[in-house]
Amino acid sequence: MAKKTPLLEVTDLHVKVEGKNILRGIDLTVKAGEVHAVMGPNGSGKSTLAHVLAGREGYEVTKGGVRFQGNDLLAMAPEERAREGLFLAFQYPVEIPGVSGMNFLKSALNEVRKHRRLPELDAMDFLTLAREKMRLLEIDEKLIQRAVNVGFSGGEKKRNEVFQMAMLEPRLAVLDETDSGLDIDALKIVANGVNSMRSPDRAIILITHYQRLLDYVVPDKVHVLAHGRIAKSGGRKLALELEKKGYGAFGQSDASVAA
Amino acid sequence: MAVSSDTVKTIESATGGDYKYGFVTDIDMDFAPRGLNEDIVRFISAKKDEPDWLLEWRLKSYRRWLTMTEPRWARVRYATIDYQDSYYYAAPKPKELLNSLDEVDPELLRTYEKLGIPLGEQKVLAGVAVDAVFDSVSVATTYKEKLAEEGIIFCSFSEAVQTQPELVRKYLGSVVPYSDNFYATLNSAVFSDGSFVYIPKGVRCPMELSTYFRINAENTGQFERTLIIADAGSYVSYLEGCTAPMRDENQLHAAVVELVALDDAQIKYSTVQNWYPGDKDGKGGIFNFVTKRGACRGVNSKISWTQIETGSAITWKYPSCILQGDNSVGEFYSVAVTNNHQQADTGTKMIHIGKNTRSTIITKGISAGKGQNTYRGQVKILPGATGARNYTQCDALLIGDECGGHTIPYIEVRNPTAHVEHEATTSKISDDQLFYCMQRGLSAEDAISMIVNGFCKQVLMELPMEFAVEAQKLLDISLEGSVG
Repeated sequence: MAKKTPLLEVTDLHVKVEGKNILRGIDLTVKAGEVHAVMGPNGSGKSTLAHVLAGREGYEVTKGGVRFQGNDLLAMAPEERAREGLFLAFQYPVEIPGVSGMNFLKSALNEVRKHRRLPELDAMDFLTLAREKMRLLEIDEKLIQRAVNVGFSGGEKKRNEVFQMAMLEPRLAVLDETDSGLDIDALKIVANGVNSMRSPDRAIILITHYQRLLDYVVPDKVHVLAHGRIAKSGGRKLALELEKKGYGAFGQSDASVAA
Repeated sequence: MAVSSDTVKTIESATGGDYKYGFVTDIDMDFAPRGLNEDIVRFISAKKDEPDWLLEWRLKSYRRWLTMTEPRWARVRYATIDYQDSYYYAAPKPKELLNSLDEVDPELLRTYEKLGIPLGEQKVLAGVAVDAVFDSVSVATTYKEKLAEEGIIFCSFSEAVQTQPELVRKYLGSVVPYSDNFYATLNSAVFSDGSFVYIPKGVRCPMELSTYFRINAENTGQFERTLIIADAGSYVSYLEGCTAPMRDENQLHAAVVELVALDDAQIKYSTVQNWYPGDKDGKGGIFNFVTKRGACRGVNSKISWTQIETGSAITWKYPSCILQGDNSVGEFYSVAVTNNHQQADTGTKMIHIGKNTRSTIITKGISAGKGQNTYRGQVKILPGATGARNYTQCDALLIGDECGGHTIPYIEVRNPTAHVEHEATTSKISDDQLFYCMQRGLSAEDAISMIVNGFCKQVLMELPMEFAVEAQKLLDISLEGSVG
């Protein structure tokens, strides 16, 4: 059997933020079709990993590398990574006053489509597609007529992230604590959205503090991040184990795993 | 890596490479001798074969000007201007009054075509009548006959002096007196040409009227004068656009615009100002020192100013409304962009005199690079203006950390029934916003453009459709290279 190139290959990744070592040698391989959960207590480096993958400034890679679909991810500008199919659902989605969600997302989608050599969508086609995805995520149509994230509730912001993900159809989606701050109904809707995105040629990385989300989105692999390293990897059971024992076993016990 | 192409683009635009109107037209010109004195004033007046009263008015203005000093209260800095080192009259030859476009120098037609303003009979802009002013004179006016069918007069100012002497004499200087301010007085002495519009009673002008100003000659000041009279119950929408070549010397543009709206009349005046802003080090560029004022003389009249100011090294202008007629309405919508070393001190004056007069001021100041952007506005409610209302909203957007946004409102209320509101905000395009957009696949430039357009939406909406798109593009160009 021919070996498939992994979608994402993180090798011995070391990252400094403001002179402090945050990631100290991450190894992570994600193949198409897989859902990985990266769990860990606050300060373990979860969000740093997400930001470095997406190309945010202010993170210094001191060692190691990342390949995305076989290419050097770290050499790409943030917008190139996005166009290549890497999507980050933000932990704190950003407000953009005066710019309607529709305008924002249509421009973004057309950039991605241009990159994939697909024809750009006009307003009508875009709206048809958007409506279909909004139904799926139980999002009020008015949401994309409003300015991006402005005045959105916490739940609306997170759902909007998942909606954008559904529209942009990335190869790799990284969800940075998308579950935090959601009540159970909103969590289910977000989980449904994520599940609907599961496909043999797409991978999803769920970054989360709690195992609660994993009741609804069942991961293929679970990794525990502690002190900037992956301390343990395993299957679904690892998350349940964590729920019982907490992160204490990994030398970081600042919070419990159960919601 | 993509960085390289972005970097190149950034450098290109930062060095002024993106000012695509910076070319010079090589054409035979007729100049007045350099410098300014009474003979020059007489020379200009004679060139235009003006009646005595107008020459006297010019001379009166000139003598007044000699007694005045340049205003220095604006928040702008520049070296002293040597008013004797400039040409006050420059016109492409031949300078006779033109009867048809066939007589216009083909080089001029090509110039305007290059600027996106075709003047040839076959190619005129649909639905827009254009008066093209090149340096000191109007070179062509389109759709004149069609407008004449409605009784609308749209011609160059010089032509109006000959054909409409009563109207010109009645209204010239009636809104901006010859003694108004240093630059307006200078203009009154040496103004060369401009546009004249008269809309008769009850007529709704069927198309946009537009003047396209072009500075071409070197060391030349441009002093045009626009006079628009909307008679009772009429309506007109007027737009002006401006460009100039790239030169290392600063050039002075001191225009005067006077609007008069009689009973129930409405004037909508839009400006897309894109004079050469100077290079990235602040060398060269136009000094845009302009006096624009409208008088709502009649009851229920309305004057609405919309301006998109992206060019000029320095912008000093305050399009204002004098709300004399009861129930009259004044509006001012402005977007002012300062990038690199540009400076803008701009705003409006709303003088409420009549009862139940209303005014709205919405301004958006955008600063990038080392740009300095000041909103200066005056809202004055006089004792007789019972029930007057004003709403002012001034928003500033900063891009980068070397620029400045300033708001200087003056509010004077002398009637206790007046209602005046002032809101102001300052915001900055954050790294978080840029990263968020880029993570969705947008380039930094596109992200800024999107955020800026969102910021300006309230004002852009006020522009006539045909020009809103152009204005949006202009904003993009002006801010290109503003992210490192």
